[in-house]
Amino acid sequence: MATSSERSPPPFPDSEDQDVLDSEEVGGRDSDEDDGEDLFMSASNPLLTEMDTTLPPASQPSDVLMKPPSNIMDEPLIEPVSSQTENKPANKVVSEPSDDFVDLTNNVTDSPDEAVAAESAVADDAKDTTEIPLDEPSDEFEDIFGSENEALQEEVLVADVTVEAATDNRAVTSGAIEPPGDGKTGSDDEQEAKETATDPIIDLSYDLPASVAQQPPPARDKCFDPLVDLLSDAPPAADANVPSRATVDLFEDEGTDLFTEPRQTKSATQQQKSLFGEADEDLFGEPLGATSKKTISKEQKDKPVKTKAASHVSNIGGPLQDNSPAEPADIFTEEAVTTLPSITSTSTVNSKTNGVQSEEEADIFAKATVELSLDSPRGERRKDVKAKPSASALSQSAAASLAKPQSAALEELEEEEEEEQGDKFDIFVSVKDPEKIGDGMNAYMAYKLTTETQLAMFRNKTFTVRRRFSDFLGLYEKLSEKHGPNGFIVPPPPEKSILGMTKVKVGKEDSSSADFVERRRAALERYLQRVVNHPSLLQDPDVREFLEREELPRAVSTQALSGAGFLKMINKATDAVSKMTIKMNESDVWFEEKLQEVESADQQFRKLHALVESLVIHRKELSLNTASFAKSTAMLGSAEDNTALSRALSQLAEVEDKMEQLHQEQAANDTFNFAELIADYIRLLGAVRATFDHRMKAWQRWQDAQCALQKKRETEAKLLWANKPDKLQLAKEEIAEWEAKVTQYERDFDRVSATVRKEVVRFEKEKARNFKREIMNYLACLLQSQQQLIKYWEAFLPEAKAIA
Amino acid sequence: LSTPQKHQRGNTMRSVSVDLNHDASLLIDIPDALCERDKVKFTVHTKTTLSSFQKPDFSVPRQHEDFIWLHDTLVETEDYAGLIIPPAPPKPDFESPREKMHKLGEGEATMTKEEYTKMKQELEAEYLAVFKKTVQVHEVFLQRLSSHPNLSKDRNFQIFLEYDQDLTVRRKNAKEMFGGFFKNMVKSADEVLISGIKEVDDFFEQEKTFLLDYYSKIKDSTAKAEKMTRSHKNIADDYIHISATLNSLSADDTTILFVSVQKVEGRVASDQELKLTELLRYYMRDIQAAKDLLYRRARALVDYENSNKALDKARLKSKDIPQAEEHQQQCLQKFDKLSESGKKELTSFKGRRVVAFRKNLIEMAELEIKHAKVSSTIQLTHFYTNEKWTL
Repeated sequence: MATSSERSPPPFPDSEDQDVLDSEEVGGRDSDEDDGEDLFMSASNPLLTEMDTTLPPASQPSDVLMKPPSNIMDEPLIEPVSSQTENKPANKVVSEPSDDFVDLTNNVTDSPDEAVAAESAVADDAKDTTEIPLDEPSDEFEDIFGSENEALQEEVLVADVTVEAATDNRAVTSGAIEPPGDGKTGSDDEQEAKETATDPIIDLSYDLPASVAQQPPPARDKCFDPLVDLLSDAPPAADANVPSRATVDLFEDEGTDLFTEPRQTKSATQQQKSLFGEADEDLFGEPLGATSKKTISKEQKDKPVKTKAASHVSNIGGPLQDNSPAEPADIFTEEAVTTLPSITSTSTVNSKTNGVQSEEEADIFAKATVELSLDSPRGERRKDVKAKPSASALSQSAAASLAKPQSAALEELEEEEEEEQGDKFDIFVSVKDPEKIGDGMNAYMAYKLTTETQLAMFRNKTFTVRRRFSDFLGLYEKLSEKHGPNGFIVPPPPEKSILGMTKVKVGKEDSSSADFVERRRAALERYLQRVVNHPSLLQDPDVREFLEREELPRAVSTQALSGAGFLKMINKATDAVSKMTIKMNESDVWFEEKLQEVESADQQFRKLHALVESLVIHRKELSLNTASFAKSTAMLGSAEDNTALSRALSQLAEVEDKMEQLHQEQAANDTFNFAELIADYIRLLGAVRATFDHRMKAWQRWQDAQCALQKKRETEAKLLWANKPDKLQLAKEEIAEWEAKVTQYERDFDRVSATVRKEVVRFEKEKARNFKREIMNYLACLLQSQQQLIKYWEAFLPEAKAIA
Repeated sequence: LSTPQKHQRGNTMRSVSVDLNHDASLLIDIPDALCERDKVKFTVHTKTTLSSFQKPDFSVPRQHEDFIWLHDTLVETEDYAGLIIPPAPPKPDFESPREKMHKLGEGEATMTKEEYTKMKQELEAEYLAVFKKTVQVHEVFLQRLSSHPNLSKDRNFQIFLEYDQDLTVRRKNAKEMFGGFFKNMVKSADEVLISGIKEVDDFFEQEKTFLLDYYSKIKDSTAKAEKMTRSHKNIADDYIHISATLNSLSADDTTILFVSVQKVEGRVASDQELKLTELLRYYMRDIQAAKDLLYRRARALVDYENSNKALDKARLKSKDIPQAEEHQQQCLQKFDKLSESGKKELTSFKGRRVVAFRKNLIEMAELEIKHAKVSSTIQLTHFYTNEKWTL
């Protein structure tokens, strides 16, 4: 907590924190943007050129990559059972990519658990596509296309240990990206590729475990060759042999990695078997069983880094390769599931870059996403091409950060990352001028929304719209519907308050209703700011519309007492029931712990909120009592017959009057700086819990699909036994269908899990920063009132002394 | 709390609500006291040069009831009717901290261990403060007697100070309690009756209206001040809970802040209590004593007038004239004596009150400033350390 809070922006007592943030963020962002743009240009331009020149290979990967999911899943599922010995190598080749995929997710998700060092890595994985990562793709292409790249210093700084390795890395990565596509160019070639793959792997898989240290160099060489080959003669489909070798090498490389490490702990044969026999279970088991895997993966990451510089290369190669098969696949699954691929896909891969991109970039992206949503294969291709380098970049950054041995350097990295996080969203939303519109019970409050932004995605730098409270609720409904199931923490708006609003509606101009309106206004402002601070939510068209569009369609179904509200209530009730009935055997300790943490934090916050509320009440009481004491003292002073004492007493009354004012201000301070913040966090913790629920739902869906698949298999077996070939065909089709679904749901679950992790980490950081800032504010207010108090009493002191 | 506790009086801040012109001939203090359940045993220590005492330096154990006995005998002594008898110390009241302690024990399950410990500490501090205050008012009572030229020579007072055994003052039985209550009733009824009497002396007329007015005002102020300090204490308590909860949320650096804020708030509350509320409370009682004096004088006046009437009647009937005359003379003498000493007492009371107010108000202002400065520095250092952190 300390490390993260260390770097929060320093708010100053007197200045409003928005200003502070503003200036700071502008400063930070500028440099950031420069970097980002440069990087992105260099990174993306090659991409574009590549896309143009090598369109055929680019199209093919996508085709191929569409297939692997089913292929990968199909084969290990069916075949290992019947023919283990013969197909072993082939299976291995196929199963490994999927394994890698798991590994990747592990990389991404496990790390938060693994101390600070790994944490930075995760965050990098998740969001940092700008700095270090972007060097990589550009580096990569620098070799090939000769496009210039200036941002190499960054890379040098980060990967000090792996200076040597980095070059290798690059080779490996570039190889890693291409070969999977090339190696499986066309599903026709795939079989062939696999066959060629079998031989080396058989050899190596037996050889390698023994000599890990020696292996990488050859692998590197091999990787280099195909790479050069591949890219020099662009249409790689032609020479399937060379790329297939590349794949072999790569897998081999990684094979050593994956297998050797476990072997050190477990018996080799068992490991082999488990990998083959439970290809399916194992894959899923891993993200869930993070603890068991974690130690291993940690070993994988740490050991080579510390002990063998050579194996380093191979090790880095491992995770790097992961990406190429995994990431695209991920994109596809996402595309398949969500109705709005533009948001989700960009957010997962390019969440960060999108915000900072130059306009040109945005355009390209927009086009791509539009096409995507139309399901055009071209769009997919583009997407794919784009996604790949960034994916590799992602892993590269992870690898680079992992390679860093010094914790100090890691902290530095984290710091960078943190600063970026704080600085990158240059958008401020203010909610002002609450205004009552209409009369009687139909009256409502409208607020003026002013957005100030430097982001290119908005047409203007500042714009203002009027929104009513239910619009805010409507926005939340939309966002939570869209992003909730994906595991995002959607910031919740303040609750509807019938009592508070009725008071306002009735038009009582008392302090409590003014207080209510002000509280709500501030809460709405914080809510919106949270929404736009979220990298993914900012991209949502509804958010933009909400901020920009003059007229919004009236938000329905936000009324607490309407029919829609009733429906919602029923839905919530069923949700609650299903929540109770779903018994998720949580195998990921991280989630279990986090959920517990969140729940206890929720309780603590509730307690704290009650306490602060009582503090406010007591403070108000004190203020009242002080006022009446002041009055009473004034009376006493008037009754006093000693003139000096009488004067002193009336002075005392005045001081007490001022004190009353101070207490009142302090009560407001307690409320706005403290109680409201805590109330916000109680709501946010609810949102966090909701993401856990969504994850559980995804899990449930996957389990259900698996059950269904099991049933289908049983019917198939029965049919086979009964010898009914006509129905058998149907059953087989059904099985295939369900297998696809299981795969789909499994990926969904993994994705949701990964997102939830990321989001929770982000949430915690935000929380620490937020609290720090607010506490500082609170402190500043307290300090001010103390100074005031000193002044008052010091003025009184001579009066008291003057009593004769 | 039920265990016997002994408290040594240290260099604590004392609210000397009265300014006593100490002559060194008779110095009284209560160096320590022992609390046993409901009973508080005070050690009354006397240092004297007066020949009426057998020893120059001695200590005796006394209980609260002994003080009450002393006060009552003084009030009932006819000779002292013209004096403001120092108000009797209030009965030691440990109920409120005890009750709070009980509540705390009940709520132990809902609190964290740390929170509980802190609350307990706070309560113990409160208890100690109540205890000290109790000792102090008893001490002040004796000191006022000792500094009074007439009362210091009272035989009962000297016995109270010197007799080294338990005084074993008989506790009031039910009948006496009822009698006391009845007497009070009669007195207030009488007060109403004689309030119609035409005042002959302007000084006393003024003094009467002033004291009546002042009494109601100061009573109100006392109640308000009590309320104020109580809510201040509530705030301090809230901070305890908040800091404990924050602590369990592991927002460590903020916890320090709240702990310090709480301490300051708590101290402000207790100092206000000591300097302001106690002052007001004491003078409320003192004014009551002054009012009693006025009542006794008014009573004497009524008696005198009645005796005048009786004399007139006797003269009319030419019967028992000498007795009536004698009675009338006695009443007149008593009234004159009362008026004379009353005037002196009330004037000195006025001076005493002003001095005490001055002293306490200055001290309070100084303490308020001190606390505000302390908390400012705490907050500032906290602020700066945070600032450094962020940089």
